[in-house]
Amino acid sequence: MLAVIGVDSVDDLFAEITEEMRPKSFDIPEGLSEMEVLSKLEAMAAKNATDRVSFLGAGFYDHYIPAAVDALTMRGEFYTAYTPYQPEASQGTLQAIFEYQTAVARLLGMECANASVYDGGTALYEALMMAVRKTKRRKVVVSEALNPIYRVMLGSYTTNLDVELVTVPYKDGQTNLDGLKDALDDSTAAVLVQNPNFFGSINDFTELFAAAKAVKAVSIMSAYPVLQTLLKTPGEMGADIAVAEGQSLGLPLSFGGPYLGIMTCTKTMVRQMPGRIVGRTGDTEGRTGYVLTLQAREQHIRRQRATSNICSNQSLCALRALVHMCALGEQGLRRAARVSIERAHACAERLTAIDGVDMLTKGPFGNEFAVTLPVNAFEIIDKLTERGFVPGFPLGRYFEGLENGLLVACTEKTSEEQIGIFAEMLRGALK
Amino acid sequence: MKTIFEQSVAGREGCWPCEGAAEESYIPKELLRGGEAGLPSVSELDVVRHFTRLSQRNYSVDSNFYPLGSCTMKYNPKFTEVVAGLPGFTRLHPVLPQLRGAGGLCQGALEVMYEIEQLLCEITGMAAYTMHPMAGAHGELTGVMLMAAYHRDKGNKKTKIIVPDSAHGTNPASAATAGYEVVSVESKDGIVDPAALEKVLDDEVAGMMMTCPNTLGLFERNLPEVVRMLRKVDALLYYDGANLNAIMGKMRVGDVGFDIVHWNVHKTLATPHGGGGPGSGPVGVSDRLVDFLPISRVRKREDGRFFLDYDCPKSIGYVAPFYGNFGVYLKAYAYVLRLGGTGLRRASENAVLAANYMRKRLSGHFEVPYDRICMHEFVASASPQAKDGVHALDFAKGLLDRGYHAPTIYFPLIVPEALMIEPTETENKETLDKFCDDLIELAELAKTNPEALTSAPVNLPVTRLDETRAARSMELTDDL
Repeated sequence: MLAVIGVDSVDDLFAEITEEMRPKSFDIPEGLSEMEVLSKLEAMAAKNATDRVSFLGAGFYDHYIPAAVDALTMRGEFYTAYTPYQPEASQGTLQAIFEYQTAVARLLGMECANASVYDGGTALYEALMMAVRKTKRRKVVVSEALNPIYRVMLGSYTTNLDVELVTVPYKDGQTNLDGLKDALDDSTAAVLVQNPNFFGSINDFTELFAAAKAVKAVSIMSAYPVLQTLLKTPGEMGADIAVAEGQSLGLPLSFGGPYLGIMTCTKTMVRQMPGRIVGRTGDTEGRTGYVLTLQAREQHIRRQRATSNICSNQSLCALRALVHMCALGEQGLRRAARVSIERAHACAERLTAIDGVDMLTKGPFGNEFAVTLPVNAFEIIDKLTERGFVPGFPLGRYFEGLENGLLVACTEKTSEEQIGIFAEMLRGALK
Repeated sequence: MKTIFEQSVAGREGCWPCEGAAEESYIPKELLRGGEAGLPSVSELDVVRHFTRLSQRNYSVDSNFYPLGSCTMKYNPKFTEVVAGLPGFTRLHPVLPQLRGAGGLCQGALEVMYEIEQLLCEITGMAAYTMHPMAGAHGELTGVMLMAAYHRDKGNKKTKIIVPDSAHGTNPASAATAGYEVVSVESKDGIVDPAALEKVLDDEVAGMMMTCPNTLGLFERNLPEVVRMLRKVDALLYYDGANLNAIMGKMRVGDVGFDIVHWNVHKTLATPHGGGGPGSGPVGVSDRLVDFLPISRVRKREDGRFFLDYDCPKSIGYVAPFYGNFGVYLKAYAYVLRLGGTGLRRASENAVLAANYMRKRLSGHFEVPYDRICMHEFVASASPQAKDGVHALDFAKGLLDRGYHAPTIYFPLIVPEALMIEPTETENKETLDKFCDDLIELAELAKTNPEALTSAPVNLPVTRLDETRAARSMELTDDL
């Protein structure tokens, strides 16, 4: 090969990297065998205590994943393909994305979807920017009952931009509907809410979204996909954009990623959408096929005038979500949602039967709820974790004044027995 | 092929997640959806057949040579999937480190984060890393936000970012997304021209984004000069890591004066692309930018325990809900451990060797606009053939017909009819030769029977697709 190239050594190929540019150090340990790497990482994995019974949620849930999800999405033909830039050789990926778009649009009751973005927080930020571009306004009204992890992300992302975030405080464990409505005016680009909200309570935003529409602001809702098989959809409420963290659809918790940012919108907003979108079309023989479409929005064509800089997305995670939804089907997914809700209500009943433990979440809730404890939630978390239970998320981490608040989530994987033991442990810990 | 929705039969059930259909409704009717969503009702076997068949309608690294320039489609070793699938990692809830004492439950995961940051620092000569960005473009955005934070902290008034005309489209888009004006600088002889840079460089320039080797596969020889010029106006230099596969162990971007670098872990460190993602785009910085890195930072205590530090007052804040695509960079960590320093250096050497070999083999048959030693990829051009009506696109489709994925043809924008070829280090000589033979044959075919190319592909599930119709009719779901 060197002879064909016409050089004497591989070093000659790097001659343009002159002496002054050579590495000052490159102290990387020598390689290990495959077996050695595996045992090293198995040992590291073993240092993570994943045997605890967990009631953690906070937007990220441990739902059952059917075996078919791994079996199908680990096929190398899906797994080791790149973005479908050559459609004739990528009909598998393209049709799968088209079906994913269909599934999430139906789930959220919206008209259109893109092929995904990084995660639910990025989806919210991108939705916000869609609204800012569409309305040419800069004020965005945000419910404080929106996941606080996403609120801090929105703050960071907009630091250098001409966008003003106006946060409307939650009220009595609830999304403050009146407060949000009052904050809307004709300088408002968008209103951002979440259902169920961070405290687990379920709302109907129909009136709020109508009020937003009246001032020509964009309504954006963040949803929880599994519960969305049951709950009134953002589409039914009149949302212009609906987003969601798709982790609960067939993705393991995996310490924070890879997850899935689901983005859906009305047809009138689709040209503002970031990222890839697949459309159906035909070939020269009249056969149905799929292509990346509306690419004039994207960075590889528009460069600095693109709707977003997003290029790589979470395609394989979208495929997992699609296979998950298909394998469980409408009925399976509804069953998972119903059982999760039932377990959470059983759990809430057991916990609030304990002296000094009261419901913080008001009104209807789904598979997650908040309680106030008579002591600081961190203390209880420390105590119970030692005994094999992670009892929930401490609200004091993000909400001043809620230091005694504990956010508790159940899924269909939570057993009634576990709920019983958890309640007894909490009772003991509070004595 | 029918969609999965078209195969749905009312009442057919798939996998049961759990027993116990709770019938009692805890939620008032007015808060429930009006009807079913319309997800498919199919059996598990229907699902398995459908997606197996779909997968067979895809080209992939596992099934086809995939010389897609700029995408580094190297083989993704299978053992890394075993690592990423270990329940000790997959079952880990991301808020655990926020629970004070319970942070002790994820020591292994924090150790992975700490260790891979150390390795990336040493490979690239940077002071610190964040693993949070979830793709290359996300790394770029994070990098530009870091630039902004640096200048704000120093009280610098900066409004512009310089991007060479050969850059990936994400560079200008990322700079604009972060609120900067984008200034393009022209290349000369395929690389950044200091004289052209001089003309656009002033005190308002916050930084410059460079890819090195650039998208033409050429090493940026004037790099030391560029670094000196930028330093004079306190502008930062950003390294787009899309092409890091060319220089591992050969040059460290920190040593030569870059302040920020992102990796495309899904390119250089062999994690699979998954049909478009998930990727991972860790960002490394020089000393002067460490304080601005995103929250949180992983740290090691004297007793060897790891913790996350959320007390970062100068930080740009949060670019991810947690710590980025942990499951992806976990695979990258396993890959780096497997290859080691020598293996990484050899990967770059072999990638550069393969690209130069192909360049030489093809240069008599295609125009190669910058026909000199290249790095891990090179750009050929079908300009001469285009005069006779056979375009780069037609060669791409002809290659598909012969079982290869096509090279990149949509950029760099500065080469008309570009065929950007990146073989990577994992392909053997027989594969490279066969591909070159076939492409040369296509060049002959372009002279004798151009129709055969302009009507390609004919061996795939579909022929050329009508993109105009797709954009006009906007069938974006099965319902529209």
